[in-house]
Amino acid sequence: MKPLALTHYTATSAIGRGLGETLAALRAGRGGLAPCTFETAVLETCIGEVPGLDAVRVPAPLARFDCRNHRLALLALEQDGFGEAVRRCAARLGPARIGVLLGTSTSGMLETELAYRHRAPDGALPASFDYAATHNPYALGDFVRRALALEGPAAVISTACSSSAKVFAAAVRLMAAGLIDAAVVGGVDSLCLTTLYGFSALQLVARGPCRPFDLARDGISIGEGAAFALLERPGPDTGPGTITLTGFGESSDAYHMSSPHPDGLGAQAAMRQALACAGLEPGQIEYINLHGTGTPSNDSAEARAVAALFGAAVPVSSTKGATGHTLGAAGALEAVICALALRHGLLPGGLNTTAVDPGLELAYLTGNRAAPVTRVLSNSFGFGGSNCSLVLERRTEEPAHD
Amino acid sequence: MIERETMTPGAYVRGIGVLGPGIADWPSAAALLKGERPYAPAPTEAPPPAALPAAERRRTGATVRLALAAGLEALADAGLDAGARALATVFASSSGDGAICHEICSALASPERQISPTRFHNSVHNAASGYWSIALRDMAPSTALSAYDGSFAAGLIEALAQSGASGAPVLLIAYDTDYPEPLRAKRPMAGSFAAALLLDPRSSAGAHARLEVRLARDAADPLPEAPLEALRAGIPAARSLPLLKLISRRDSGCALLDYLEDLRLAVNVSPCP
Repeated sequence: MKPLALTHYTATSAIGRGLGETLAALRAGRGGLAPCTFETAVLETCIGEVPGLDAVRVPAPLARFDCRNHRLALLALEQDGFGEAVRRCAARLGPARIGVLLGTSTSGMLETELAYRHRAPDGALPASFDYAATHNPYALGDFVRRALALEGPAAVISTACSSSAKVFAAAVRLMAAGLIDAAVVGGVDSLCLTTLYGFSALQLVARGPCRPFDLARDGISIGEGAAFALLERPGPDTGPGTITLTGFGESSDAYHMSSPHPDGLGAQAAMRQALACAGLEPGQIEYINLHGTGTPSNDSAEARAVAALFGAAVPVSSTKGATGHTLGAAGALEAVICALALRHGLLPGGLNTTAVDPGLELAYLTGNRAAPVTRVLSNSFGFGGSNCSLVLERRTEEPAHD
Repeated sequence: MIERETMTPGAYVRGIGVLGPGIADWPSAAALLKGERPYAPAPTEAPPPAALPAAERRRTGATVRLALAAGLEALADAGLDAGARALATVFASSSGDGAICHEICSALASPERQISPTRFHNSVHNAASGYWSIALRDMAPSTALSAYDGSFAAGLIEALAQSGASGAPVLLIAYDTDYPEPLRAKRPMAGSFAAALLLDPRSSAGAHARLEVRLARDAADPLPEAPLEALRAGIPAARSLPLLKLISRRDSGCALLDYLEDLRLAVNVSPCP
């Protein structure tokens, strides 16, 4: 594919608001996981909560969209001048030429959970509950499109934990089809009881902070997060140092709804396609941000898939020990972490992992490494066997003109 | 390999599957849309997907069954068997399975908060996509998206963009099932409906029509027949009916489909000889 520039990007998660705090936390090896005290949940687990969401105010014209997921979206849009950058882009290209493609797994589900707790004696949900503006998956796309005053095509992709990686691929295709000239891509997922209790029911939740790739790993820590990127065709302003999306790969496991294929065959297919799309050989990838959830089965399947393609030498890590698993936001959040790795030459070590599972034959980083990398890969895999891998690069020379 | 193109996104419709209230399949839908039979609504009946292993089949709910049935009909209509491999799919639906959502929210509002693990993994928006890939043993890319009432149009855009990029066929399956109360009062739907289109960038013998799409701001087309218009306006996936009507009548024309609040999708249809 022809590379697209991430001209602006931002991320907000349990480790910080915006790129500055996120980078500082990664540099310091500071995680955001803490024992779960969320809402009325009674579960022995840790979560990655974004502090201060209750204080975020949704502007009056968008009041019907008010819910935890959209407060998180708004908080993230306000960081790093992202919203302003989109408005400048819209002034240049026209708001109808900018698409909005976002990922989420549970959208505003927490509102529905609360509404069910406040049903009337006849079973009716409270009048204040607004289905279209909070519960529906597209509510996120609708809210962000309005908040940014955009008028182009939009959709929300909801493929569980690969959702906001796949939006990058969808944006590339809409641009290639000539429907848009730029896209706001990203993912937002917020804490709710459905995922906390649902992953617990599947016995996929760690008791303490998750320990991806550790010998004693025992599941995920659920987190929340929001990350956005503005994708544009490279132009005169996108010189050396620009972060570009150069490849994507998507596949299905065709194996099981909630367990990965043991050898990660679907993951291998996604990574192989991403490399082919970017025109790279495996040996040219210098860091892999793993899906690395911390469940025994994900990490072993992913390790086999990565080793089969890349061998055991490439540095890899999962940043979910820091942020928790932000589910539908993980793809975009980890793409932004990859952009920070490229920009700052920082390969983030995975937190909480003290004894790397010797059965997983990868060069798993448990501490930060400084390295001026130019090509990295990010993996995102979800329930339903939905896999997506992205290749991100840092431009090192003036781009050739088309 | 994706190159920047200025051409209009488009493809040939090689196979169609439809399932809805009183609509058993595409021939039944076509007869209705051509005015050859009166509309007699009846509950939508989606068979259990025979292609799934028995254990997986038991776990499927109404939404997954509806989507798989329409998709399999589109494959058969295109002359492809269910063993066809490497067919990318786009699943478009306003929301996931309403019955499962209701069960989970009810359980979470109770003191025990016991959620069935199977219900939880079936609650994901891409459940139909996951079961489809398992049933067909197909590892091709598959996506699941929503654009509320405009989910069919959003799915059609994504499917055409994908087939344009890959040069290969893409199967679009749009489907919606209604919620039980109390969610039904907040999101009423006129039943369950699914429409599947096998879209092929290449022309082939037996193709129904060629489609080309562009974004538009005109009002969407209602259907003149009141019962069909109630269906179109009442179920997001049935927003496809003006397009299916042009195809069934082998008419050339433009169907304006609901998409976003301020956008429509204009679909130009030319019948294949």
